[in-house]
Amino acid sequence: MSLLELKNISKIYGNLKALDDINLKVEKGEWVAIMGPSGSGKSTLMNIIGCMDKPSVGEVFLDGKDISKESARSLTEIRRDKIGLIFQQFHLINYLTAVENVMVAQYYHSMPDEEEALEALKRVGLGDRAKHLPSQLSGGEQQRVCIARALINHPEVILADEPTGNLDETNENIVLDIFRQLHEEGATLIVVTHDPEVGEVAERTVILEHGRIKSDKQNEDFGKQI
Amino acid sequence: MTRRKMFMRMITASLVRRRSRMVVALLAIAVGATILSGLVTIYYDIPRQMGAQFRNYGANMIFLALGSEADFNMDSVNEAVSHIDSSNLLGVTPFRYETVRIHEQPVVAAGTDMKSAQVTSPYWHIEGQWPDSDKEVLVGKKMAELLGLKEGDSFNVPFVVQEDPDSVLNLGIDMKVSGILDTGGSEEDYVYMHMADLEELAGATERLDVAELSVSAAQDELKAYAETISEKVDGVSASLVKRVTQSESTVLKKLQALVFIVTVVVLILTMICVANTMTAVVAERRKEIGLRKALGASDKGIIWEFMGEGLLLGGIGGLIGSFFGFAFAQFVSIHVFGSSITFQPLLLPVTIIVSIVVTGLACLMPVRNAMDIDPALVLKGE
Repeated sequence: MSLLELKNISKIYGNLKALDDINLKVEKGEWVAIMGPSGSGKSTLMNIIGCMDKPSVGEVFLDGKDISKESARSLTEIRRDKIGLIFQQFHLINYLTAVENVMVAQYYHSMPDEEEALEALKRVGLGDRAKHLPSQLSGGEQQRVCIARALINHPEVILADEPTGNLDETNENIVLDIFRQLHEEGATLIVVTHDPEVGEVAERTVILEHGRIKSDKQNEDFGKQI
Repeated sequence: MTRRKMFMRMITASLVRRRSRMVVALLAIAVGATILSGLVTIYYDIPRQMGAQFRNYGANMIFLALGSEADFNMDSVNEAVSHIDSSNLLGVTPFRYETVRIHEQPVVAAGTDMKSAQVTSPYWHIEGQWPDSDKEVLVGKKMAELLGLKEGDSFNVPFVVQEDPDSVLNLGIDMKVSGILDTGGSEEDYVYMHMADLEELAGATERLDVAELSVSAAQDELKAYAETISEKVDGVSASLVKRVTQSESTVLKKLQALVFIVTVVVLILTMICVANTMTAVVAERRKEIGLRKALGASDKGIIWEFMGEGLLLGGIGGLIGSFFGFAFAQFVSIHVFGSSITFQPLLLPVTIIVSIVVTGLACLMPVRNAMDIDPALVLKGE
């Protein structure tokens, strides 16, 4: 059984088909890059996988359970328990410190634990920046806080939307190194990106065009760069 | 760390680290609480303040003899006065009236305690000065015109009751006019002298005709005093000077109604102002709300977080407003009524609770509206 399975998914806004009959399976521990030009349906697909939207047609199975008909409240619970989100614009709460931002995810999931949150920050190389506010961190550091927040509740799927879109090359490499490490530890990664370099380092690349899957192939060079 | 501690950590961090934004909201609440607390202080202090002002219009209670006039004396007046709360009693002035002859004309002389009369009749306008030593009198303006007396004049008053009734000589007492009494009322028809002088002229009896009292109390309280005294003290009938007490009551009710209306209007304006501020605060935090929803926060959880911030702001604003409200009320009291007010401890928790409730209500609508935010749209920056 696949960890994530999308069956004949379509998302229709009026006359526009943002997604058109998508079928996709993601296995546990896989690192999948979803690529495509603007307007190809990447963000719509990410919202559906991330339980922030529902398909107009089709079924979404997460961990064997059909979540396509769930209520908004149930989707919030599923998102909280099973999905770790990483955003292009980081979206840290600007009046909370790095460690507090990580603890917010714990707060909504179960019980805040400052020690555990500090460990998560150390894992992304920010142990010494834990008490800093987002405004005192660089873009790369903010993205690493965002990654620590996504990891803290040990989600089934880590879903990243253009995670290196706002970063320079150095920080992009740091983030990709963290992804490699997570993949080695068995995490399931779905990365939405338009950056070919980010797509190439993934295990598998799915290319969308006009709301359809144009190609879905394993990256032959995967593992060689590591 | 418990969830409750994290909740408090988040809302205090929001207030402390976003202080430039929160100061605006806090200011709106604190200003509302200040005016509210100040007006309520004034509302409750008006009877006392106005009571003191009204006491300038003279006595508001009188004691008269009930039954035998011989039984109405200083002892029975003192017994009656013991039924009035001493902190409310400003003054008691006894009067005894006798007809004497001045310049061969019959004149009504009133014996009294001049010091008490100054307290119970502060509106008396004296041309000259109040009698200080024995044998000095106040002459009513009309009586002075009739008798041709003016300030500083001396005149003789024959004894009404002579020690030796068979004596042909009645030398009487020489008296001096210390001042002319000008009230525009019936007081101008009398000559006022010290009680001891009248007793010397008309014989030393303990009998009184009337006692005037100035009591700082509301009409209902005065009525209760009068009923208790009439019931419990033999020979004394206590009644209210209705033209004074009724006017007091009417003016007080109108003033309190005015302050009440202003208070309600301020309360509504405060709520609108706080609601506007909170709407702006929530609007600028749409992304944060979207993020919290994306991280798995329930609508109820987010409402509580924003309400928590609002209620904490309300509490702090209420606390600040309580103290500034007292300062405001004190300023008004000193500049309008000319006297200070005392701090009402009960008003502190009341102001804080009202501020919390008003802020809570004002926050409710913008926060509920924020629940419609779709995390997917906000996080995409659309």
